[in-house]
Amino acid sequence: MSRLRAFGHFWWDFVVGDDWRAAAGVILAIGATAALVAGGVDAWWLMPVAVAAVLWLSLRRAAT
Amino acid sequence: MADGFLIASAFLASAVEFVEALTIVLAAGITRGWRSSLAGLGAATVALAVIVAALGPALTLIPIDALRLVVGGLLLAFGLQWLRKAILRSSGYKALHDEAEIFAREQAEAQAAGREERAGLDWYGFTLAFKGVLLEGLEVAFIVITFGSAQKNIGLAALGAGVALVLVAIVGFRVRGPLTRVPENTLKYAVGVMLTTFGIFWSTEGAGAHWPGDDASLPGVLAFVLLLSFAAVALLRRRRLSFA
Repeated sequence: MSRLRAFGHFWWDFVVGDDWRAAAGVILAIGATAALVAGGVDAWWLMPVAVAAVLWLSLRRAAT
Repeated sequence: MADGFLIASAFLASAVEFVEALTIVLAAGITRGWRSSLAGLGAATVALAVIVAALGPALTLIPIDALRLVVGGLLLAFGLQWLRKAILRSSGYKALHDEAEIFAREQAEAQAAGREERAGLDWYGFTLAFKGVLLEGLEVAFIVITFGSAQKNIGLAALGAGVALVLVAIVGFRVRGPLTRVPENTLKYAVGVMLTTFGIFWSTEGAGAHWPGDDASLPGVLAFVLLLSFAAVALLRRRRLSFA
């Protein structure tokens, strides 16, 4: 069990790292893009804007 | 054009990881003996080759849009970690990565550890080299598999990683010490920018949106991420100085 936890912890740390909110923001942004596309809007512009916001919020948290 | 970015990204990311793996292998080899260290390096290389050989072809069977959605999301989460750390280093909020310091620490720990022989090898030296190469190599495998599968060309991504491996091995053999002159912090910054760029590009395509000009918009996304990161560094520097 502890090996399984260590394996899960390794992958969490590997992909998500020390700011889970940034990863959650990425998932939300992808979901919002898919929802807008489903609604007929070609929302290619959303991810760059969302990444800028997610990155800046994450940096501000780290720098305080 | 996308192929050039693919090779460059795989090369840069792999070079960074191989430099870090080399530091660990050197520390293990110098302090615990080369036989155990090289055996650990060989065993980890075989394990990584098995992972890439098993996962690479399996991923190519997944429909490209679904693959780009998942791969783009993973790369973006992963790439933002690199970019965030690189920006924090450049703005003075995080210490710069120092390969000489890491080498000295690994060497001191390896010297202090007790001696245990298994299968005719110094077990500490073997596991130190094995774990180091496997963990650093997993990041390379992750990048090669994700980049290669999303671009439908694992061979090109593997080529970039292979060139990096040969180059680091040759320079490492000649120097026989940690590669302190490699501009690792700049490389890490570049990798963070590349990973984030591909992450934005593929996750958007995977979500069903279309970039104006398709692949031709990739340099535009790259320029956007670069400008974004430079602006973040400048703002954080100013913020740090105003608090000092």
